[in-house]
This record gives sequence, structure tokens and C-alpha cells, in this order.
Amino acid sequence: MKLNRKKIYEKINERLLLICGLISIIAVLSITIFIFSKGIPAIKEIGLKEFIFGEEWQPTGGRFGLYPMIVGSLYVTLGAVMIGVPIGILTAVFISELAPKRVASFYRRLVELLAGIPSVVYGFFGLATIVPAIDLIFGGGGNSLLAASIILGIMILPTVISISETSIKSVPMELREGSLALGASDIYTIFKVLIPAARSGILASIVLAIGRAIGETMAVILVAGNTPLIPKALAERIRTLTANIALEMGYAYGLHQNALFATGVILFVFIIVLNILLMKFNKKVGENK
Amino acid sequence: MRITKKGEENLRLYIYISALITLGIVLWILGHILINGIIKVDWKVALEDKAILPSLINTFYIVLLSVLITAPIGIGAAIYLNEYAKEGKFVSLIRYSTQSLAGIPSIIFGLFGMIFFVTNLKLKWSILSGALTLSIMILPIIIRTTEEALKTVPITLKEGSLALGASKIETIYKVILPTALPGIMVSIILSVGRVIGETAAVYLTAGMVPRLASSIFDSGRTLSVHLYILAKEGISFELAYFTASILIIFILIINIISNCLGKIVNKKLKGN
Amino acid sequence: MMMAKIDVTNLNLCYDKVKVLYSINMMFTANSVTALIGPSGCGKTSFLRTLNRLNDTVPGVKVDGTIKLDGLNIYKDMDEIKLRKKVGMVFQKPNPFPMNIYDNVAYGPKIHGITNKKILNEIVERSLKQAFLWDEVKDRLSKSALSLSGGQQQRLCIARALAVEPEVILMDEPTSALDPIATSKIEELILKLKESYTVIIVTHSMQQAARISDFTGFFLLGNLVEYKETKKLFKSPDDDRTKGYINGIFG
Repeated sequence: MKLNRKKIYEKINERLLLICGLISIIAVLSITIFIFSKGIPAIKEIGLKEFIFGEEWQPTGGRFGLYPMIVGSLYVTLGAVMIGVPIGILTAVFISELAPKRVASFYRRLVELLAGIPSVVYGFFGLATIVPAIDLIFGGGGNSLLAASIILGIMILPTVISISETSIKSVPMELREGSLALGASDIYTIFKVLIPAARSGILASIVLAIGRAIGETMAVILVAGNTPLIPKALAERIRTLTANIALEMGYAYGLHQNALFATGVILFVFIIVLNILLMKFNKKVGENK
Repeated sequence: MRITKKGEENLRLYIYISALITLGIVLWILGHILINGIIKVDWKVALEDKAILPSLINTFYIVLLSVLITAPIGIGAAIYLNEYAKEGKFVSLIRYSTQSLAGIPSIIFGLFGMIFFVTNLKLKWSILSGALTLSIMILPIIIRTTEEALKTVPITLKEGSLALGASKIETIYKVILPTALPGIMVSIILSVGRVIGETAAVYLTAGMVPRLASSIFDSGRTLSVHLYILAKEGISFELAYFTASILIIFILIINIISNCLGKIVNKKLKGN
Repeated sequence: MMMAKIDVTNLNLCYDKVKVLYSINMMFTANSVTALIGPSGCGKTSFLRTLNRLNDTVPGVKVDGTIKLDGLNIYKDMDEIKLRKKVGMVFQKPNPFPMNIYDNVAYGPKIHGITNKKILNEIVERSLKQAFLWDEVKDRLSKSALSLSGGQQQRLCIARALAVEPEVILMDEPTSALDPIATSKIEELILKLKESYTVIIVTHSMQQAARISDFTGFFLLGNLVEYKETKKLFKSPDDDRTKGYINGIFG
């Protein structure tokens, strides 16, 4: 009798836990469905070609060309990667291979802290320090592609550092010792043995960093200037896909609002592509082991 | 290809420079914000900002609500994945969904929350809409961190309990969960940090009005939205520094707590 | 003849497609110590873990054959909870729960429905005394079990198993992680336990088997090669493989 009741509890418990597990799936599906079902009709109405390659974004005039924002997002992401990735990977190398134990653990906490700082604080920090500096050097107010790239470059550091460090560290000791035993220096070992061996993990960290940069909103809005035009120079203003949504969502309605959902669709497509890349690298990481 | 002696020394130099840059950036950000926001700030001005306290309380509401909603679900999902599920298509679907959820930009969550919670469910711009949206955002954090915590519980403890005639459910709730508790707390602390700092998603769902929400169905801005508006509208840099300092201090506290919890985990599993 | 406490007939065990045990037939008499010896990977631990159905938790495991406890089939006539209440287990490495000493011992009785504080106190005291641990810990029952030494932890795990009042105790190399002094304490304890329990112990130390067991079974590559009184087995083994193993030719 009592044992039976235990069995029933067991079953109920398992079902409840299963439902908890299902919620992730439900959430992803409903987010995807909602964004696409609002965005796709708008893209149809505007025309896919006009929407993606049109260079004019004037909601009041009925012009919904997203091209400047697509270019803007790609530019800032590229800029962020060029700044953040080399510094990030080399810092990861430092933590994993060169730093004494205590320094390494201090750095890990530093990186955790960097990851925890809210994006709006990064944005405000950029607005208060980097934007005036750029204004001083290049003129033009300072709100720019360059400012956004620098801030995003800083923001992706923790992602690049922590994942690269983990994958460099997980390179088997024998490889390290094998190389050192042949008389290779530590630096030679790092660049010729460890980094190539940790390649998949490092690439995964870069893909994740790209995802973070392309999806970032508040920090970018505060420093990018947000003009929906294709920038011709580093110190010019730009607007990203994310900023496009956040800036206009508050007051948009009708086709304009749906065009913003359609902007979300384009952003989503980028994220899906990145996810597929990531899966590929993760699979490789698994195979290496 | 060979690296010359000179090349090696240059590479070594680059590594040290990069590490210094990282250190410099952290110190610069923290120093700049905290010095301007706490030491140099004119406290008279700062305390006159009538929106800070309401924003702080609104933030607290949203944190509490979203953690209350997500913690049971996320911990439950992690237990399911770790203790019940057999590896297969279904489990990899859950894992893949969780991973995808973590990669979705917050502005997309904001869009979804706005269309689903605010409009379709007619919850309007409200603390509840914001909390529900953020609940989905923090779900992957809780699931993953809890799963990691559950994985650190040695299988010998589980078998020890089963061998005494305990059922699976008793083993999970009386041995595995208590052992993994500090790690599970870390998952909650991390998601609190995420909620406090989130801006894009919450400003599209909880609104921006600078007042204390009268109930969870009322709208109100959080601290990070407050900072965003102060900075974006150029209202006052002084107040913005002050608000940013409060956010940074929260993040510092959260980091310290999660590190302490990490140490407790080690202690618990290794003894002494 | 006395009825067997545990009677194993024609037991076969597979993990996925790998066969681990080949038609084992074995009988264990009450109030005796039986040692299972053999080189590592011979199936002795897998065999032990089928006796309390702990192998059931391993995915892909397949058991076939019958195991009877007091005449009842442990796979058909009872569920694993009832079985494990009667058949306790002590593991290779001490595995106290990260709780205090008292709660470790009280865990089993509480699971089985005892809530009365006074009864629990009695059970804890009695079990710790039976495990020769009471005198060492009676003043610090609320201290973490992990603060004990390895040998003490293992005796705590024995006390924890005894608290459920089992009839059979399975031990999986219980002294392999302990120093010689702690080992001799555990061995002394096992000899004492024999008076009221049936003990089955897996060991890789032939000296230990010779010191404490009444019967010994020698396993090799999933087969039970030879099984008889310990003295006879060590003095005059019938099988050449047994002879080879106890003379240290392989293993």
C-alpha cells in the first residue's frame, strides 16, 4: 500500500519534471513563431528585395529599406571582433599558460566581473569617455561606428577569454610536454601546438562573441549615433538592426511596427546561422576529445 | 614554419600587453563609474532624484517575480535532464532549445514579450509582463548552471542512498539536491544579475514611467532603464553616474556571493 | 540441510551487448562470511551489485536467471526498495552523505517511515555501537560526517547500512581505500557482524579472504570457477586456474 503510493509519487514527479524540460522547447518555438508571423507579412508587403537592399528608411514616407542597418550591424560586429578577439585570445593564453596560479585566478574573477556588468552601463561608460575622445580626435560629435566597435569589442572580451581559456587548458598535458621535451620554447608551444589544438573551442568563442555583438542593443544605441545611413568612415554615425527596433518600437504602429518585427526576423536569421556554425564547432570539440 | 627568437619575444610581449589591456579596461570602467558616481557625486543632487528609489523597488519586484517563476521550472528541467532523461532525440531537442534560448538577443525577447504578454495576453506594460519576459531569458542560465551543479554530485552518494532502500525521488530530494544546493544558488544569483542589468527586453515590456508600480499589473521603470533614459536623453550625467554605480555595486556583490558559494561547494564535497 | 539465505541459479548478466556473467550458480548460508575473489574485471563486483539490484540503475543492463532471498525471487516477488531494505551495501570508497553524523545514520530509518525522535536516537546509538564507532563520535554527532577519517567514514557507512536492520550485508572491497590499521578494525567488525548477519564481501586481497571468510568463490572472466569453504579452497583448489591465481601466477 505504502509502496504503491511511493510509486505513484515517483510517476507524478517524473511527469512534472518532464513538463519543466518541455518549457524550453515551447519558449523557443513560440518566440520564433511570433516574430516570424508578425514579420513575414511585412516583408511581403514591402518586398524582400526592397526591404533588404533598399537604402532608405523613412517610416513616415512609407520607405522601409533595411540595408543601412544590415551593413551597420555587420560593420560594428566586424569592428568588435577585430578589437576584442586578438586581445581576448592572448589574454586567455596568458591566464592559461603564463600567469602564476594566483594571478590566473584573479584574472578569472576579473573576467567574470566584466561579463556581469550590464550592457547599459557599458553604453553609458562609452558615452562618457570614448565618444568625447573620438570627437576630440576626429570631430563630428564622436557618436560613431568606431565608438560602437570599441565598446562592443570590450563587451565580447569575457566571452572570448573564458571559452578560449577553457579550450586551451583542456589541451592534453602530453601535447604540451611533448613539445617542450623536444626543446621547443613555451611561446613556440603556445602558438604552434596549443592554439592549433584548441582551434575548435577558440572558433566557438568567436562565434559566440559575434552573436553577442550583433545582438547587443542598449550599449550600441548610446554610442552609435543611430543615423540610418551607410557609414563612409569610422567616425561616422551608424544604426544597427537592434537599435532600429529599440528606438522606434515605442511609438510604431501598423506596417511600421510590423517592419520592426521584420527587422527582428533578419536579426533572427543571423543568429540561426551563427547557431549552426556553433553546433559545427561544438561537434568538432567533441570529436577531438 | 619557424618563429625567430625575435618573433618569439614579440609574441610574448603581445600576450603581456593584451593581459594588461584587459586588466586596464576593467579597472578603468569600475574606477571611472565608481569615482564619478560615489566619490565625486554631489549627494544633494543624487538624493533629489525622485525616480531612483522607485526604480530600485521596481527592479526588486521584477527580480523576485522572475526568479520565483523560473527557478522551479529551470531546476526541474535540470533534474529531468540529469536524472531521468535517457540520451536521445528528445533530450537533445531540449538541450538544443536551451542553447538557442541563450543565444537569442534580448531585444528579440523584448519584441516577443511585447507582442505576447503585453498585447495578446493584455497584461499591458507592467511589472508582470517584464518579469514573464525575463523569466524566459534566465531559463537557460538556471537550467545549465543547475545541471552543472547536479553533475558534480558523485554517483557514489546516489548509489549509497539507493542501496539503503531509498526511492529515486527520495534520493533526488534528500541527497542530490541538498548536496548541489550551493551550485543551484549560484544559478539563481547569476540570473538575478542578469535581470538587474537587463534593459532592452524590460523597457519594451515593463514600460518607462518613473514611478513606483502600485501592483505587478502596473508599469514602472527599472534601475537600468532609468540609467538608459538618463544617458540617452542627456538629462544628467551626474545622476547617471550615481545610478550606474548602484548597478555596479549590485554586480560586485553578486560576484562575491557566487564565488563564496563556489568555495562552499568544494568544501562540501571534499570535506573540511 | 539449512535453507540458503540467498540462492542464485543460472545468472547471466549483460551490459548492452557485452556479457559480464556466465550462468552463475551460488548459495549463501545465513550467518556466514563469503568472500568473492578474482582479478579485476572478472565480474565479482557486477555480481555483488545484482544481489541488491543496484545494477538496475545502469542503462542497458540485462539480467537473466533467478536470485532468491529466503525463497522469494528478488526480481518478481518484491520491489527493489523492499529488497534493499533487507540487503544493505557498503561501497569501495566511503560515501557518507554531506550531512552530520547523526543524519547519516538516521537517513535510512527515516526513509522507511520512522519519525519518532526517541526511536531514531536509539537506532543511531545502537548502529554506531555495532559499527564500533560510538565511542569515537558520541560527543560530536552533529559534526559533518566528512570531518571523520577515512576508516571512521567507512565504519559510519557500515553503521548507516545497519540502521535499516538488513539481513544481508554486501561489501564491495570495503577496505581498499583504507590504511592497514583502519583495515584491521573493519575486518574485526566483519567477524563480529557474522553473528547476526549474512555477509558477502568482494575483495582483491586473498589474505583478507583467508582471514575473515568462511566460504570463498573465485571468479574469472565472468565465470564462477570454484566455490567452497575458504580453508579448502586455499589449501587444495580443484581447478588449475584457481591454483594459478592463489599462487600469484596471474591476477
